[in-house]
Amino acid sequence: MPATTEAGVFDESGLLAKARDGDAAAFSELVNRYSRKIYRLAKHITQNDTDAEDVLQETFMKSFEHLGDFQGQSKFYTWIVRIAVNESLMKLRKRKSDRTVPLDEPLDTGEDTVVREIAVWDENPEQQYSREEMAKILDEAVESLKPAFRTVFVLRDIEELSTEETAQTLGISVPAVKSRLLRARLQLRERLTRFFRRKGDDVFAYL
Amino acid sequence: MTSLLTCKEFLQELTDYLDSTVDAELRLKLERHINECPNCFVILDTTQKTIKVYKGMQPQEIPNEVHVRLMKAVERKMAAVKTAAGKPSV
Repeated sequence: MPATTEAGVFDESGLLAKARDGDAAAFSELVNRYSRKIYRLAKHITQNDTDAEDVLQETFMKSFEHLGDFQGQSKFYTWIVRIAVNESLMKLRKRKSDRTVPLDEPLDTGEDTVVREIAVWDENPEQQYSREEMAKILDEAVESLKPAFRTVFVLRDIEELSTEETAQTLGISVPAVKSRLLRARLQLRERLTRFFRRKGDDVFAYL
Repeated sequence: MTSLLTCKEFLQELTDYLDSTVDAELRLKLERHINECPNCFVILDTTQKTIKVYKGMQPQEIPNEVHVRLMKAVERKMAAVKTAAGKPSV
C-alpha cells in the first residue's frame, strides 16, 4: 500500500521532483493516483482488455523514462493522457485490418446529426440502476460510437481535457473536435434516452 | 437579427452553447429558440444530462492482477533506467 505523503494531494511538483531523482516510492504514488483513469481511457479507446493493459503499462513506463522531458507547463495528468492516447491509437491502427474503422475516415460536417428520440428523462436516472448497471449502460453507449467520435468524447467529456488540449492530443483541428464532439454527444443522448426516458411518457405505458 | 433559428441551426451550435463558448448575441438567439421549441428544449436538457452522467462516472478499480503486473513492469523500468543512468539514487 502506498503511504499517502504529507506533501499535499494537490501539489505534485514535489512528487515529480522526487520521481525525477529516481525515487521509486514517489513515482509509484503517481502511478497509483492515475492508473485507474488511464486504464479506463485505454479501455474506452481500444475496447479490448489486453490492449488496455498494454497501454497502461507502456504509458507509465514511457512516462518514467521521459520524466526528464516533462517540462511542467501542463499538468502531469494531461501529459500522460497524451502518451496513453498515442499508445491506444497505435493499438487501434494495428487492428485496422479487422473490423475497426480508421480514425482518419472522412467525416461529413453534421448532415447526419439526426435526432430521432425526443423524450424527457427521469429526474435522477442514476437511482433507477445499480452502479454496475449504470456503468454498463454508459460504457456500451460509448462503445457504440465510431472511433473518431469516441476518442474525442472520451477526452473532452470523460477525461475533461479542453477543446484545445483534445485537438493537440489527437492532432486534429479545433473545429474537427467540436463537430465530432457534437455528434458524439447527440448519438449518446439518443442511445441513453432509451434507458432513461421518463416512464410516464412512454405511450405504451397507457395501453 | 430577429429571425428565429431553425432547429438545425440550433443543433449546430449546441456543443458551443453547452460549453459556454458562444457570444452574447448568439446565446440570446439560441435561448429564444429553446423557449419557442419544446423539442429542442428536450434535446438540450437531455444532452446536458448525458454529459453530466458521464462526468460523474468514477473509474472502476483495476483488476488486482492487472495492477500487480503494472507495478512489476514499472519497477522493472525504474531499475533499468537507474542502471542505465549509472548513478545511485540520492
